[in-house]
Amino acid sequence: MDTYGFHSIHGRACAIATGVKLANPALSVWVNMGDGDSMAIGGNHLIHAVRRNQDLNITIFNNEIYGLTKGQYSPTTKFGQITKTSPYGTIDYPFNPGELVMGAQGTFFARTLDCVPQLSTDCMTRAAKHDGCSVVEVLQNCVIFNDKTHAAITDRAVRDDRTIVLEHGKPMLFGKNKEKGLRFNGRQLEVVTLGENGITLDDIMVHDETTEDTGIHMMLAHMGGDLPVALGVIRNVKKVSYTQLYEEQMDEQMASGKYKCMDDLLNSGDTWEV
Amino acid sequence: MSENQIVNKEDLVVRFAGDSGDGMQLSGTLFSDASALTGNDIATFPDYPAEIRAPHNTIAGVSGYQVHVGNHIYSSGDKCDILVAMNPAAFKSQLKWAKKGATVIVDIDTFTEEAMEKAGYKENPFTDELERAYTIIKAPITSFTEKIGDAQGVDKKTADKSRNMFALGIIFYATHKTLDHTFAYLERKFAKKPAVITLNKAVLTEGYEYADKLEVMHSHIFEVAHADKMEKGRYRNITGNVATAWGLLAASEKSGRRLFLGSYPITPATDVMVELAKHKSLGARVFQAEDEIAGVCSAIGASYAGALACTSTSGPGLSLKSEALGLAVMTELPLVVVDVQRGGPSTGLPTKTEQSDLDQALYGRNGEAPLVVVAASSSANCFYWAFNAAKIALEHMTPVILLTDGYLGNGSQLFKIPSMKDMPEIKPRLAKENDPNYRPFRRDEEKFAREWALPGMEGLSHRVGGLEKCPDGPLSTDPENHALMTKNRQEKVNRVANYIPDQEVTGNPDADLLVVGWGGTSGALTLAVEEMNNEGKKVAYTHFNYICPLPKNTGDILRKYKKIVVCELNNGQFAGYLRTQFPECPMTQYNKVMGLPFEVGELKEHFTKLLEK
Repeated sequence: MDTYGFHSIHGRACAIATGVKLANPALSVWVNMGDGDSMAIGGNHLIHAVRRNQDLNITIFNNEIYGLTKGQYSPTTKFGQITKTSPYGTIDYPFNPGELVMGAQGTFFARTLDCVPQLSTDCMTRAAKHDGCSVVEVLQNCVIFNDKTHAAITDRAVRDDRTIVLEHGKPMLFGKNKEKGLRFNGRQLEVVTLGENGITLDDIMVHDETTEDTGIHMMLAHMGGDLPVALGVIRNVKKVSYTQLYEEQMDEQMASGKYKCMDDLLNSGDTWEV
Repeated sequence: MSENQIVNKEDLVVRFAGDSGDGMQLSGTLFSDASALTGNDIATFPDYPAEIRAPHNTIAGVSGYQVHVGNHIYSSGDKCDILVAMNPAAFKSQLKWAKKGATVIVDIDTFTEEAMEKAGYKENPFTDELERAYTIIKAPITSFTEKIGDAQGVDKKTADKSRNMFALGIIFYATHKTLDHTFAYLERKFAKKPAVITLNKAVLTEGYEYADKLEVMHSHIFEVAHADKMEKGRYRNITGNVATAWGLLAASEKSGRRLFLGSYPITPATDVMVELAKHKSLGARVFQAEDEIAGVCSAIGASYAGALACTSTSGPGLSLKSEALGLAVMTELPLVVVDVQRGGPSTGLPTKTEQSDLDQALYGRNGEAPLVVVAASSSANCFYWAFNAAKIALEHMTPVILLTDGYLGNGSQLFKIPSMKDMPEIKPRLAKENDPNYRPFRRDEEKFAREWALPGMEGLSHRVGGLEKCPDGPLSTDPENHALMTKNRQEKVNRVANYIPDQEVTGNPDADLLVVGWGGTSGALTLAVEEMNNEGKKVAYTHFNYICPLPKNTGDILRKYKKIVVCELNNGQFAGYLRTQFPECPMTQYNKVMGLPFEVGELKEHFTKLLEK
């Protein structure tokens, strides 16, 4: 790929990308981070980039471990996991990146698996097309320091039952033969099986990625355990981006502002001749 | 007006002091603006507390604004000829700044038992001794103001907000000035609130007339000399922070590079960002970041994308930016970091001035991380030093730290308005599209600077970053390469010295004693040296604006003098820096770490002692 790249300092990628985009809004700017970068040392920069809805494309490679420093727990490491710095098990409750993005009023969140290239390509393409800040979480394996951390959902034997690929406007079905679905029972999401207990396709929720209210998207992003882990584009709502608002203000002031050049400004207000 | 005795003076210092909500900063500004417009040279010094509203009537809440007006003004003056004290706390804490025999105007209505107790007075503060030492005018400012308010149907609380106008009226009378400028200001400022204009004009006039009716005032009217040594041209009043902002804007226009400022509010640097945020029409792209780190990082990103990128901060903020500054050094990107220094360490004295970030600016990064450090030396020349910092950054592909301080930043001074056509050219080192020989860290022979290839330029795509690179661009951990790149980065900064003028010596260059200063202390040092030479005591003086690298003749100057005293508002950071480079030159120090600028008096006293040794 013919790209320009800036390998910045740990945690600060979002802040640097923000400056790049502000200086030249015509650029397509991508930010690559891991779970330590985005959730720990650079957590502040991530939530504010998301909150502003600046037109950045952010990917978070989440392997639930600090790999580059050889195996310490990260803010997404599973509770109780034994790592080099948690020899008796972590007592840190982990972050769910999707929930964090929703909490910061994010306008785009997708999740994909490192072992499903087609889904990853789809998510990235959709992210690139999104006007505003997009975040794509890639559940990634770390062969060396956290092998099989996502195996419980990614193994071929279980993947169809433990994950659900959401598609806008389509019923939330999963399982090898799409025989299972998600139903909202008035209080929470639950897994139901088509044909069992009178369940029909009409009982299954239809995915709406564009609903502004974060409630259902938050529930979907939160799923795991008894519920399948949601993949694909979970949230994709329209909201004027920071980039657009910024350029509109600039254009307006450039056109109507009082001072057109520095000489105007230097000679403005109270001045006098000696 | 009865027969007046007008006292002619070369210069006059007026200090306004009151509770932090009493409008003293505004009174001071209006007085200095009016003085400048009527032909005086001026310098101002706002001295205010860190608390937005400290408890009412306490010494912690006293806010001061000193104005020095006259013929040729270098500094905001040591002690004042006229002191305005709007409450007992101001009187108690500020009287030490009044010259013996000064006119002291107090709002006598505020000297209630409760307020005096809060200020720490156990008995009547106006002792006979005090009355003999000063001309104390006990003006019933509050009651007069409230009476005028009452006549206009304004409640007491609202009327009280105009008490500062009464005091200002007295000062205009005492300095033989008219009320015209302030009238015009009020009409402009409150165009949509005619009632506010009427009230303030009436109170201002009442203050003026009150003074006219006081017999004692008639022998205390000062006519201050007009500035007659000033260069011909168009002038304005400007604060250091605004001048800094304008200098950056000017550099952007001159270089053709978009101006980007990524900053986080911090006292006393915030006004740089506040000023630039107004100027989108001039292309200023200001980004209020989520923290200091994001401020500098966004600027580094903007620089990578081709902007004249800046970040503004003060001491604690510079600490937070340290790691990112290392990245700017490593990626060799142009960047201007403005540090408006304040009292430290930690939160320290946020609203007070100091020069104690020098070591941090020079050394505060991991690894061998040289960058350029320059310092402004007056509120007005912040404009030129900001411009200059940007020019060096863009032409030498390096981060530059510009040191100003709270005294320069908040203080104001007359500024001779330059014409943009007379400002020096700035030539950014942009790479050429599709240059087959482009290498990210290829250097030119003269400056040793690399070329700037911007994302989006055709045929130049490359990567930069915090990891060590080889000159062609790719990462390298090769020991020889690291040694070479370290040397090259240093050499690039060293070579900036080839493009800066020689250091000058003023005062009497043939003296035995050389006074050395840097940055924001030049006003007081210049005046101290000038007065001593006028008094027949020979003193030479050199003041540094280029800190790293130093002008090439620095050693030649230092080696010429038997006695050297390095004066700075810290514990000797510049002295230490000079000693490491010129160990052969014995240097003494004069230091002050009180959050206050130098006074001319203390400097002269110290220099005189050194001459006698």
